[in-house]
Amino acid sequence: MEFELNEDQRMFQEAAREFASERLAPLAQEFDEKEEIPKEIYTELSELGYLGMMLPEEYGGSGMDFLCYILVMEEFAKACAALEISISVHNSLVCDAIYRFGTEKQKKKYLPRLAKGELFGAYSLTEPTAGTDAGSLKTTAVLKGDHYVVNGTKTFVTNAGIADVVILFVLTNPEAKSRGISCLIIEKGFEGFNVGLKEKKMGIRGSDTRELSFENCQVPKDNLLGEENKGFKLALTLLEPSRTAVGAQALGIAQAALDEAVKYSKERVQFGQPICNFQGIQFKLADMATKIDAARLLVYRAAYLHDKNVKCTREASMAKLYASEVANWVVNEAVQIHGGYGYMKEYAVERYFRDARVTEIYEGTSEVQRIVISRDLLK
Amino acid sequence: MWLSEKHEKFRMKIREFAEAEIEPVSAQIDENAEFPHENIKKLGEMGIMGMVVPQEYGGTGDDMISYAITVEELSRVCGSTGITVAAHNSLAVYPLFLFGNEKQKKKYVPPLARGEKLGAFGLTEPGAGSDAGATKTSAVLKGDHYLINGSKCFITNASFGETLVITARTDPGKGSKGISNFIIEKSMPGVKVGKKENKMGLRGSDTAELHFEDVQVPKENLLGKEGEGFKQFLITLDGGRISIGAMALGIAQGAYEKSLKYAKERIQFDQPITNFQAIQWKLSDMATQIEAARHLIYSAAQLKDQGKPYIKESAMAKLYASEIGRWVTYQAIQILGGYGYLREYPVERYFRDIKLCEIGEGTSEIQRLVIAREILK
Repeated sequence: MEFELNEDQRMFQEAAREFASERLAPLAQEFDEKEEIPKEIYTELSELGYLGMMLPEEYGGSGMDFLCYILVMEEFAKACAALEISISVHNSLVCDAIYRFGTEKQKKKYLPRLAKGELFGAYSLTEPTAGTDAGSLKTTAVLKGDHYVVNGTKTFVTNAGIADVVILFVLTNPEAKSRGISCLIIEKGFEGFNVGLKEKKMGIRGSDTRELSFENCQVPKDNLLGEENKGFKLALTLLEPSRTAVGAQALGIAQAALDEAVKYSKERVQFGQPICNFQGIQFKLADMATKIDAARLLVYRAAYLHDKNVKCTREASMAKLYASEVANWVVNEAVQIHGGYGYMKEYAVERYFRDARVTEIYEGTSEVQRIVISRDLLK
Repeated sequence: MWLSEKHEKFRMKIREFAEAEIEPVSAQIDENAEFPHENIKKLGEMGIMGMVVPQEYGGTGDDMISYAITVEELSRVCGSTGITVAAHNSLAVYPLFLFGNEKQKKKYVPPLARGEKLGAFGLTEPGAGSDAGATKTSAVLKGDHYLINGSKCFITNASFGETLVITARTDPGKGSKGISNFIIEKSMPGVKVGKKENKMGLRGSDTAELHFEDVQVPKENLLGKEGEGFKQFLITLDGGRISIGAMALGIAQGAYEKSLKYAKERIQFDQPITNFQAIQWKLSDMATQIEAARHLIYSAAQLKDQGKPYIKESAMAKLYASEIGRWVTYQAIQILGGYGYLREYPVERYFRDIKLCEIGEGTSEIQRLVIAREILK
């Protein structure tokens, strides 16, 4: 077993930490309050290579391995979870999807522009009536000549309002249910493709979440990603890394909350001494740190396996499940240690508390992760 | 539960009012962080703002159980309204009634009890939170008045409250025995409302700082005797905790009901999600914990009504109800999935609102300290 990061990984981690803590962290509260992340930030990210992290250089990417990417995401999440999820979707669900399943033509067309930030990506699977039951999609795509005609409604789409390219899952063979799902690349501007109003969320408020609707939207046949009717498998394949990435997000939020709690507990004086002198606080901090380390090991293990091309469905689900539950427990304790201040928006832990909550919901709720894990155990 | 028919009837009356008048505006109050003036006005007309004091002082003379029911039912639809009522009654009206002399009671209690004025309690300071005895606000006797200087923070009803009960240090050498309570009118020169807090939840409730700069408070506005302030606020908080417990209970109940309804309606895998054991067990645990919290709260309230000791019991009720309440609202969101994370759905607000119940009127850590002290004495 290897517990040391290699030089590349350390370098990417340090660079991300520096950028995230100096540039993003001071703005995170503003993004949250205004429910928006300004465009300039994305431009900066593209200049630094954060919009094509795992793509090879030939497509304009930074050529990171998956663990590197996870380390970067953890650092970003420590600073601003809303921005982190936005670029995580772009990188691991859009760039990676096209890179792994696209034709050479599709790759050449989209990847360099995605990596450069000329195009930004979204990924759309969930529908109002197909959440946990993701196989029960109702959005249809009917092939007519050289076009698919798409009709339906998607919901909870991260980056929906700022995306130029959407990886969209549709039913091409309704009778076959989950075996009749295909994946299409949708471009902003396709006729009949409408973007809904921005959702008002509890947390990760800087990220742009909306509904998408399709009314006889014409999509060129060439924009089929992967094989027809093999889309569900494609979605499941992408979920392994994206779940690990949400694990890294949870981990980053939890670490940031612990850091703030340690700092505050040393500074806050009550009963004539810093509150870190009290055992009640000490044990809380000890439990927070222990759980975070355990979560980190699970997340890194899943990333390591992914890099080795070992199937890690169970391990990715465990990483996501555990890290997200730990994160929510940790942020609660961090607020608790801050007392009344922890309930105020002036203090970062207030935001962490709201941001962490979603990590148990998206990319498969904790209930879905338990289904995946138990299914693997019982097969 | 074991509450009398009279109490259950009373609950239905409050519930009907809360559902008809308060629930329709609770999301808006949260989103715009606007104080529920209308709600409070109507509640004043119903006698809710003076529940804990007898009729001769403008109140309704209800018992603690009825009061807990009221806070529970209001919080079931709107936490911001719940805490406003709880802070006014438990922390302003009640200590004035309990510790005030006849003249003070006649002067200050009736306008508060009738809901014409709102009351606030100023205890917490930037350097005195859990260590509430570390109050730095000073009160110096000068002839026939005290000169008060200092700052209070996280004060519920600070901006709109007109009658303030404030802790201040009258004897710097005496530690917690050098603290006294004063009745301060907002209109007295030198009283300033500071920064309005931007909170995670209970965004409709009025939380702000209070500053006192050479405020001249007549000697007759001392509540009780000099040096009794610490004891007075401990007694005040013992009662207040029952209402914070009731608030957590109400929020948890509201979240539970909303998620139960959703679970019955939500179809996934061709069936309502209530068919799945994982959801069933969550709902079972939520209902069980709510029921346990309810018993703790109403038995603490009953002890108080019977004049028996209830310090440990009120701390337990608050501790338990706020902790399980957060867990319940957490699970309610989980049952709603992605919808639970949207501000369009009330469980999102319940989750933010309830978190304060583990912090306000003594954090969970303080409740554990109070309980341990009672157990070990």
